[in-house]
Amino acid sequence: MDLFDFADGREGYYGDYGGAFLPEILTTTIEELQACFRECKSDPAFWQEFVELMRSYSGRPTPVTYLENLSNKLGGARIYVKREDLGHTGSHKINNVMGQGLVCKRLGKKRVIAETGAGQHGFATATMAARFGFECKIYMGAVDVARQRPNVFWMENLGATVVAVEDGQRTLKDAINECLRDWVTNMADTHYVLGTACGPHPFPEMVSFFQAIIGREAREQIVAEAGRLPDRVFACVGGGSNAIGIFQGFMDDNVELVGVEAGGHGPGSGLHAARLAYDDASVGVAQGYKTYFLQNDDGNMLETHSIAAGLDYIGINPILVNLWQQERVRFEAATDDAVREALQLTMRTEGLIPALESTHAFAQAIVEAPKMSKDEVILINQSGRGDKDIFTVADAIDDRHWRQFIRDKAAEYGED
Amino acid sequence: MERTESEKQMAAGRASGADHLEAYLRQRLAQKPLLLMTHVVCGYPSFDDNWRELEVMAEAGVDLVELQFPFSEPSADGPLFVKANQLSLERGVRRDQCFEFMARVSEHFPFKVLMMGYYNTVFKMGEAAFLDALAKAGGCGYIVPDLPVQEAGHLHQLSAERGLSPIVLMTPTNSDARLEMLGQVARGMIYAVARKGVTGDKTEMGADLEAFIARCRQHTSLPVGVGFGVSEKADLDFLQGKAEIAIIGTAALKAWEEGGETALRKFFQGLAG
Ligand SMILES: Cc1ncc(COP(=O)(O)O)c(C=O)c1O
Repeated sequence: MDLFDFADGREGYYGDYGGAFLPEILTTTIEELQACFRECKSDPAFWQEFVELMRSYSGRPTPVTYLENLSNKLGGARIYVKREDLGHTGSHKINNVMGQGLVCKRLGKKRVIAETGAGQHGFATATMAARFGFECKIYMGAVDVARQRPNVFWMENLGATVVAVEDGQRTLKDAINECLRDWVTNMADTHYVLGTACGPHPFPEMVSFFQAIIGREAREQIVAEAGRLPDRVFACVGGGSNAIGIFQGFMDDNVELVGVEAGGHGPGSGLHAARLAYDDASVGVAQGYKTYFLQNDDGNMLETHSIAAGLDYIGINPILVNLWQQERVRFEAATDDAVREALQLTMRTEGLIPALESTHAFAQAIVEAPKMSKDEVILINQSGRGDKDIFTVADAIDDRHWRQFIRDKAAEYGED
Repeated sequence: MERTESEKQMAAGRASGADHLEAYLRQRLAQKPLLLMTHVVCGYPSFDDNWRELEVMAEAGVDLVELQFPFSEPSADGPLFVKANQLSLERGVRRDQCFEFMARVSEHFPFKVLMMGYYNTVFKMGEAAFLDALAKAGGCGYIVPDLPVQEAGHLHQLSAERGLSPIVLMTPTNSDARLEMLGQVARGMIYAVARKGVTGDKTEMGADLEAFIARCRQHTSLPVGVGFGVSEKADLDFLQGKAEIAIIGTAALKAWEEGGETALRKFFQGLAG
């Protein structure tokens, strides 16, 4: 199954979704990017260069780990985890970013910009920019800057400028708008490193192309480790890049693919970011593409919420929407509460600390595993590591010692 | 500002699709060399304030006004309009109120009105329903900057059936082939974007802009409006004889923010020299 075999005149469309809806001033820039990416994609040496870069710089391939304790405790399917948390900067975001760095070099551009939610994509982009010698500006919603200071700290120390976006809800979507505004001004020397498989064509395809490295490795590894293909693959879905990355490895297999969205406070609460698992979203066109958005009847976007900043987004990967409509991918949502519990369980039983985003995939797998038989196999994509979430996690589990540490630290710093 | 009898007849004719923006602009151009187009964000600061802004604009002889329907993701707008969009929505402004306001405006004022907004407003309503509502409210066209022409075929066709003009943007980064394509689908007027970037910043009016307008002319015979950063009399002086319409956006809102009606009136007096 080739997801990117577009019909004539429908380039960039996945069923009814996708496309490129951009201001006229960007037409030339986006066409140039489409052409350059097309060239990279059809050049086998380019993929080799990418794989080699990811090996030497980011420690790929990342392993697949069997979670024996958790599997036994749940008493059902055998659970395996693809360890994207072990890549450089601690999440799958680095795959896309290094790939786009190579594209940017081919384009001959010297400056990169990126939006970031959790800060993982911004962190990865700042890293790539340092390595490739690009100037780098990261746009991040002010709310996210406040909740993800450790990543902001690293971005700044890696030489990037971080701009706290004060418009709108001051989260990921607003950071994307700000990137588009920067891009319409500076497109001559600037590449926009979009962090997920959303936005205008060719971004969904390009991001999927680089993230496919996860699925390519994972398929081989799970067969080696478990002796067979998995029955179900779970991945969290924010914009939908780590999910499409791992799913691509199993597209042609008889494997059930499950995307897990941010259920926040649950269905009907109005405080979640579940576009497909709940029925609050509808089709719209914004931020350069057509997809399901959480929006009102006028087409204005709704407030979203998630315990995981990286899932807190109004839109979703158009490729996944099409696969969902074809019933190739099932969608579920995990609530904030379920995620807190799943995180504690995973830490205690396996010594793994998945990112809060990734923990959504764990939470759903934990619900389903006990109902499966012992010879069935589950594969979870651990898209990132959770130690970056220390402030949020400490709050979520109400850790008294951490609170005291922060008080002491504050007292030590005193007033500026 | 009351409308003359002939203008009222034109408004009635337009609703049946008989009138065209281009004809209106040509008629105005027979009386003055450079027309003025302005911009108001519906519901910001309030519909009452919008009305007073429009009164000042009518007094100043403005020919065409964009009424922006607020959108939550105004990614082609600069900071001042972003804030205006956001505050309007926070105050609960809905799409249908904007249409109602447009109906009152086009009934009362001598200038013509355009809808300006983002494609999701159109898409979510349905293209035909949107155009019907626009025609009913007396609008004569629309500017939707995030809808590229290759995605607009159906909307343009429905617009032609209703005598409504899709305003197409031409920009300095477009290739000649692209300008050619834009020229072919444009109706009513051309919106020539004076420079890269979002609304709000100052534009250097000079040889580059003149050359760009000349490039646009090679691909269209419609009246050309120049927007983005037009803010003072010197800009109008520069545009006179080079373009047909000067488009004033942020500068007028800035004046209003600084001193309400008085400052806005002074701003337009300054433009007149
Ligand atoms: C660790 C991690 N996982 C998942 C996501 C969600 O993005 P996507 O759905 O594109 O994989 C993020 C986004 O910031 C992230 O940091």
